[in-house]
Amino acid sequence: MHQPPLLELSDLTLRFGGVTALSGLGMEVREGELLALIGPNGAGKTSVLNCISGLYRAQEGSITLTGRDGARHPLHRLAPHRIAALGVARTFQNIELFKHMTVLDNLMLGRHVHMKGGVLSGGIHLGRQRRREIEHRRYVEEVIDFMNLEPLRSAVVGSLAYGNQRLVEMARALALDPHILLLDEPTAGMNAEEKESMARFILDVHEERGITVVVIDHDIDVIMDISDRVVVLDFGRRIAQGTPEQVRSHPAVIDAYLGQARGESDPVRAETPKLRQG
Amino acid sequence: MSMECGVFHTRYESDMGLRPRPAQRIRLVLFALFVLVFPFVASTYWLDLANQVAIATVGAIGLNILVGHTGQISLGQGAFMAIGAYTAGLLTLNFGVPWGASVFCACILTAVAGTFFGLPSLRLKGLYLAIATLAAQEIVEWAMTHWTTVTGGTEAIVVPAPRLFGLRLNTTFNFYWLAVLTAAGTALFAANLFRCRIGRAFEAVRDQDIAASVIGVDVFRTKLLAFATSSFFVGLAGAMIAFYRNIVTWERFTLNTSIVYLAMIIVGGLGSIRGSFLGAALITLLPALITNLGRAIQDTAPQAASLLPYAQQAVFGIVIILFLIFEPRGLSKLWENVKDYFHVWPFAYRRGESRAN
Repeated sequence: MHQPPLLELSDLTLRFGGVTALSGLGMEVREGELLALIGPNGAGKTSVLNCISGLYRAQEGSITLTGRDGARHPLHRLAPHRIAALGVARTFQNIELFKHMTVLDNLMLGRHVHMKGGVLSGGIHLGRQRRREIEHRRYVEEVIDFMNLEPLRSAVVGSLAYGNQRLVEMARALALDPHILLLDEPTAGMNAEEKESMARFILDVHEERGITVVVIDHDIDVIMDISDRVVVLDFGRRIAQGTPEQVRSHPAVIDAYLGQARGESDPVRAETPKLRQG
Repeated sequence: MSMECGVFHTRYESDMGLRPRPAQRIRLVLFALFVLVFPFVASTYWLDLANQVAIATVGAIGLNILVGHTGQISLGQGAFMAIGAYTAGLLTLNFGVPWGASVFCACILTAVAGTFFGLPSLRLKGLYLAIATLAAQEIVEWAMTHWTTVTGGTEAIVVPAPRLFGLRLNTTFNFYWLAVLTAAGTALFAANLFRCRIGRAFEAVRDQDIAASVIGVDVFRTKLLAFATSSFFVGLAGAMIAFYRNIVTWERFTLNTSIVYLAMIIVGGLGSIRGSFLGAALITLLPALITNLGRAIQDTAPQAASLLPYAQQAVFGIVIILFLIFEPRGLSKLWENVKDYFHVWPFAYRRGESRAN
């Protein structure tokens, strides 16, 4: 039985003036998988995520999401907040939190699309509105529990350590109850222990909560360990895809990372995170 | 001061309350008692100042919703107050609309006007948006002075006194109750707003609009809602002035008014309801305090006293500069520091959360 992929990108072309960030990119994300997106700097990885979440508009091509109800949604035509409402959540490479607000309020914002209530009901704050806030607070507390954020619950986000901010950002995405979670370099700038812990959280999100995950990362060790499938980009094109093992020995991938070098041992591994920051 | 080693909430309801700590409730009751007793002991002069503070509080909370909570700088405060004042005044004067209804219409119309002038926020941020709201200020000022058939131009319009059961409401003493109730209602509404969905969305747009959009907040719609909500209360403040003063003139609603209100929320604390009140009180009372100081030293140092009137503008400027340098988060933060100092006194306490409300 053929099931349409959860997310399908076809012939996606994105240009900024004379620069072509993505050219005719086609790829798919299957329901329930943990897909890694890798490639050298400037390959267009973040551009792909930005197109999916509606922050960039591709000039050509389409992005189609199969919703929970089975309907097919053309994401390339929707505004970011509509895409979020369809269950697409994400984190950013340079953590984008609401830094004057508490961890709790940040996470409550993750519930925004599931909540109702406007200015009037909010200002009067009686009955139904109050119950709704409490009901969603319960959901948020469950996410806080899942991400071990209890001690930070009422801390202002701007005052938190970098690693904790990353966890909060991921928790905020989880509070959306996403169908698909896009993680842009979740382990950037972390030390080895923090990376391990983040990788653990990503696996938990994927396995325990059954969320489809797309992750960009430069730490190839992490990627190879946790992902089901890897897509490799270079110059806005897909140059390889497959299991971590297949991709690792793919000649096009070796070319992309090391130029025309041949016969080097494990070139992908040579992409050390230290050299790849930023 | 109450001694606490912590307040342990066992229900979300109590944790999410506006005043979750016993000490906060005690302070609120004390403040309410003061407000109740004040008009019976104060002179008309001080009561009039209190009324001005209450009106300014409503206006400052309105402006703070837009500038402090949603991060959209507005120089159109004077214009929006003018729309509120003129609408309320003219409806009652020309069409005999009951004062309550015309105040409500004034608020709605100001909200509509605010939303209209908020449209540039789709594309403009920060200083550029500020200039766009400056355009609103100029347009409304021009309309006030030149659209003579409606506004009476530079002539003041005289508004009939509001009455309730035959009682004149715009005497200093009677208006006090109306003003205090309105200010309290506005503060409660705003406090509720910022502990629920839509208020959080306002603040999310202020802190990080891109993140807000990918978490599902319709940024443009939220900005317009903020303009509408803010203008509603600013219009309310304008309408209150119309009925309190009995006359509406354009001089009350110039760019200077916009600046003074911005000063209130900066000195009081951006994004804080308590700050809106404290700032409104300080900026309203400052000129009065200086005048009184002048009277007090009239005999001992007549030279210095004669200079004081000129010092008013300078003191206004100095206060703003001092706050920007030493406590950019305003009086609200100062008050929080004092509370924190005594929170578990004599032990040190640093708050984990500093949600300004």
